[in-house]
Amino acid sequence: MAAITLDINGKKHDLDIDPKMPLLWAIRDVVGLKGTKFGCGMAQCGACTVHMNGHPTRSCVLPVQSVVGSKITTIEGIGTEEKLHPVQQAWIDEQVPQCGYCQSGQIMAAAALLKDKPTPTDADITSAMQGHICRCGTYDRIRKAIHTAAKSKSPKGEMSGGK
Amino acid sequence: MSNRRTFLKTLGLSSASFVLGVSSFAKGNAAAVVNMSTDPLSLALEINPFIVIQPTGQITLINPRPDMGQGSTQAVPSLLAEELEVSLDQVTIAQSDGKGKYGNQTSGGSSSVRALWTPIRQAGAAAKEMLIKAAAQRWSVPESECYAEKAKVIHRPSGKSLTYGEVADDASKLEIPKNPKLKESKDFKIIGKYAPRLDVPARVTGKAVYGIDVEVPGMVYAVMLHSPMIHGKVVSIDDAEALKIKGVQKVLKCERPMPHRTSEAVAIIADNYWAALSAKKVVKVQWDNGTLGQTLTTAAYFKKCAEAATKEGLKAEEEGDFAATFGAAAKKLEAVYETPFLAHAPMEPENAIAHIKDDGTAEVWAPIQGPDWALRDLAGYLKIKPEQIKINVALLGGAFGRKAYHDFLLEACFLSKDVKKPVKLVWTREDDITQGPYRPGMMARMQGGVDAKGNIVAYHHHPIGESIQFQVFKAPSNKPDDWVCGELSQKEQKYNIPAFKISYTHVPTEIPIVWWRSVYASNFGFSQEGFFDELAHAANKDPLKARLELMSDARFKKVLETLAEKANWGEKLPAGQGKGIAIFKSFGSISACCVTVAKQGTGVKIEKVVSVIDCGHYVNPDNVKAQTEGNIVMGITAAVKKGITFTNGQSDHTNFHQYQVMRMNEMPKVEIHIVESGAEPGGVGEPGLPPIAPALANAVFAATGKRIRRLPFDLNTLA
Repeated sequence: MAAITLDINGKKHDLDIDPKMPLLWAIRDVVGLKGTKFGCGMAQCGACTVHMNGHPTRSCVLPVQSVVGSKITTIEGIGTEEKLHPVQQAWIDEQVPQCGYCQSGQIMAAAALLKDKPTPTDADITSAMQGHICRCGTYDRIRKAIHTAAKSKSPKGEMSGGK
Repeated sequence: MSNRRTFLKTLGLSSASFVLGVSSFAKGNAAAVVNMSTDPLSLALEINPFIVIQPTGQITLINPRPDMGQGSTQAVPSLLAEELEVSLDQVTIAQSDGKGKYGNQTSGGSSSVRALWTPIRQAGAAAKEMLIKAAAQRWSVPESECYAEKAKVIHRPSGKSLTYGEVADDASKLEIPKNPKLKESKDFKIIGKYAPRLDVPARVTGKAVYGIDVEVPGMVYAVMLHSPMIHGKVVSIDDAEALKIKGVQKVLKCERPMPHRTSEAVAIIADNYWAALSAKKVVKVQWDNGTLGQTLTTAAYFKKCAEAATKEGLKAEEEGDFAATFGAAAKKLEAVYETPFLAHAPMEPENAIAHIKDDGTAEVWAPIQGPDWALRDLAGYLKIKPEQIKINVALLGGAFGRKAYHDFLLEACFLSKDVKKPVKLVWTREDDITQGPYRPGMMARMQGGVDAKGNIVAYHHHPIGESIQFQVFKAPSNKPDDWVCGELSQKEQKYNIPAFKISYTHVPTEIPIVWWRSVYASNFGFSQEGFFDELAHAANKDPLKARLELMSDARFKKVLETLAEKANWGEKLPAGQGKGIAIFKSFGSISACCVTVAKQGTGVKIEKVVSVIDCGHYVNPDNVKAQTEGNIVMGITAAVKKGITFTNGQSDHTNFHQYQVMRMNEMPKVEIHIVESGAEPGGVGEPGLPPIAPALANAVFAATGKRIRRLPFDLNTLA
C-alpha cells in the first residue's frame, strides 16, 4: 500500500492503495465513480476508457502508480444531465444506447476524437472507435451520433470536455 | 395491509393512494384489474400494483420486466400511460421486485409487450374510467360530458378540470369497471409513435446504476476460481501466497449450482475487488478432472450429432407422406447444417450481491432478467420461503438470455452464508466466456425433393443436439423437443410443401447450455432458410419467387414483397456481387432480410443488410429499429466469428481477443423497414436475428457459388 494522489475530474484524491491497482478499480471502488465500466480486464473492449491528459486510455490495465501527476477525466467529468457534453447530447439525439453499458467508453473515445478532428470522416470514426465493443450492436448509431456532434456547437464551441 | 404499505414505502409513496393492480396474466385466464386501495383480498393475493396515483398528483407506473437494453423500462409503462391518458414525462417509472403471484416478470422470449398488451392496457383504461367517474360525481355532471387528458379530468361543456391527484382518493373507493373500453389504435397518442427513451440521459452520463455498480454497507468482494473443465473436483487449495495480499480475507471451497448439476469451485473473499483478483492469480488449486479431458469436447459432441444425422429421428410432425414423395422426387437433395456453441458475452459480466442474514432471510441485488424466476431458484437453493427473500433488480448491462440463469446469484448466496456478510461477486470476462452456459451447438439433417415440373414437393427438417428443456428443466429425452420443433412447424413457417416433416434427435452434453438471443431460431433459421435456397436453385427458381409460390399467408407475402422492393431484389448486380434472402417467424413476428456481398480476394465483404419486420402493433418504432439493428450485428457475429469450442475439456477461448465479436470497422450499411400490419403484437428483441446468417450464406452462394452449411465461416476464405 502507498499514498497515491490521483487527479480525477479536476479533484485531487489521496488514496492509500496498492500502486499496481489498475486505475479502473481505483476510480470505481475507491473513489466511487461508477460510470467507468469493467468489460474485459485486458484492454480489448474499451468499456473502461477514460481520458489521461485528454487522450483516451484503457483504465483496466493502467496501474495507478503510472498516472500520478496526470489529469484523469471520466464520463462524469465531461458533462452532466443538466449540462451535457455535445457528444452526450448527440448520443441522446440519435438514441444510441440500448443497454448502455459500453457507452461511457464509446463517448470518451468519441469526445477525444472530435477534439482532435472536429469534422471526422467515416474512416476517422472507424479508426477511433473500432477498439470498442458494443454487444447490443449500436455501431451505426454511434457513427451517426459522432457526425451529429461534429455538426453541433457547444456553447463555447469546445469539444474537449475537460472538467 | 402490510404488503401494500411496504410496497408503497419502497417506492417512497404514502399509503393514501389510488392503486390498481392486475390479478393474472396466466394464459387462458382473463386478467382482472383489481383495486388495491380498498380490496383486502387483493392484498392477500399479493397482486402487483401497476398504477399508483397519490393525492399530491404523483403518478407511479410499475414496469414488471427488467431492462437489459431492449427498452422494457419505457415500453410497458407506455401501454399503461396510453390508456390512462398521461404522458410519460408526467409519471415516475419503478421496477417491480419479483414478489408475489403477479404474473411472469421475466424479460425473455420477446414477450414483454406481447404478454402485457391487453391486461396492462385494461388496467390503464379502468383507472381512467374510475377517475372520470369520481370527477363527474364531484361536479354532479354526467360522465359522458367528461374526458381525460394529460392526467386531468376535464368537463367538456364548462372547461373546468380536476387533476388525477385531486380525485384519486374518491376514485379509489369506486367499483372497478368490468369491461373498461380500450382505445382504438387510430386514437393512440403514445403507442406506435416515435418517442425518445427517457432512460437514455442517465445511460450517457455514467449515472445509470447497473448491477455491477451497486454497493451495500458492510459488503465484501468475491471472485470465483472456476474449474477450467467446468465439472472438475477440488483436490487441494494452496492459498499461502494469496493470504499474504493485503485485503484478502479468505479462500474457500464453494460451489457453482447449475440446473443440471452443481460443480465445485473456489472463491476468494477480499476487502476490495482488485485484492481478490490479485489473489486469484496466485491461489493454486489442484483439480481432479476425471475423464473430462476426453468427454467434454465439442468435437465428441458433434461426432455424436453426425452419427444421429445418418439415422431417422423422433417424428414431431408430418404433413403428407414424406418418404413416398421424397422417394418419387425427380431431384433429391440431402445436406447437413451445423451451428456452433456461442457465449452471450454481455458487456456487463455476471455479478450479484447476496446477503443471507442471521434471521434466515435473504436479500439480493442483481442484474437479472427474471426476478420471479430468481425468487423460485433462491427459495429452492436456500430452502427458505419466498416471503423471506427480497430481490432488488438492477439495470442489466446486456444479457441476451444469460442473466436468466442464476448460477452466479446462487454462488453469491453460498459465499454470504459462509462469511455472514453481504458478498458482492463479480465474474471476470474469462469466467463468462469459459464457463457457459452457451447457446447450444446444433446440427440439422435436411432432405428435400423437387418434382419433374420443378415444384418443391418434399421437405424434411431434422434438428439434432442438446435440449435446453432437458438440461435446464429436466424434460424427458424421449420426446421431440417442442421448443426446437414447434417453431419449425409448417403452421408457423407457412411453407405449403405437400410432404413436410419435422423430426428430432436428442444428443446430450455436459457443456452447460441455455437460451441465447432467439434461442433455437438462431440455429434452425439457418438450416431452414439455407436449405430452402438450395431447393429453389435445384428447382431452377428465383429464391424469392420460390418462397412466394409456396406461401399463401398474406403477412409472410407482404414481408417478402416489401423486402424485394426495399432491397431492389430484381436489380442487375455488378460482377462479383450477390444477394441472398431469408425469412423466419419467431416469437410472433415475421422477419426477413436481404444481404448483399461482394467478392474480395478469396472471400467476400458484406456490403449491405436490409431487414423487414412485421411485429404487429409495436410501441416505439425507433426501438423496433434499434433492436433489429442489434440483431443484424449479433446475427453476423454469430455467422462469421469463432464459436465456442471445447478441446481437451476446456474452452479454447477465454476473452475478447479470442472470442471475437463484430466491431465498427466490419459494420455494413443497414436498412430496416417495418411492415404496418396492425396485427396482435409480436416480439421485437429477437425475431430480427434468425434470418441474418442464412441470408448471408445465400448471398455468398449467389456471389461465389460456394454453399455454406456450417457456421461459423471466415468471410476472408469462406472456409
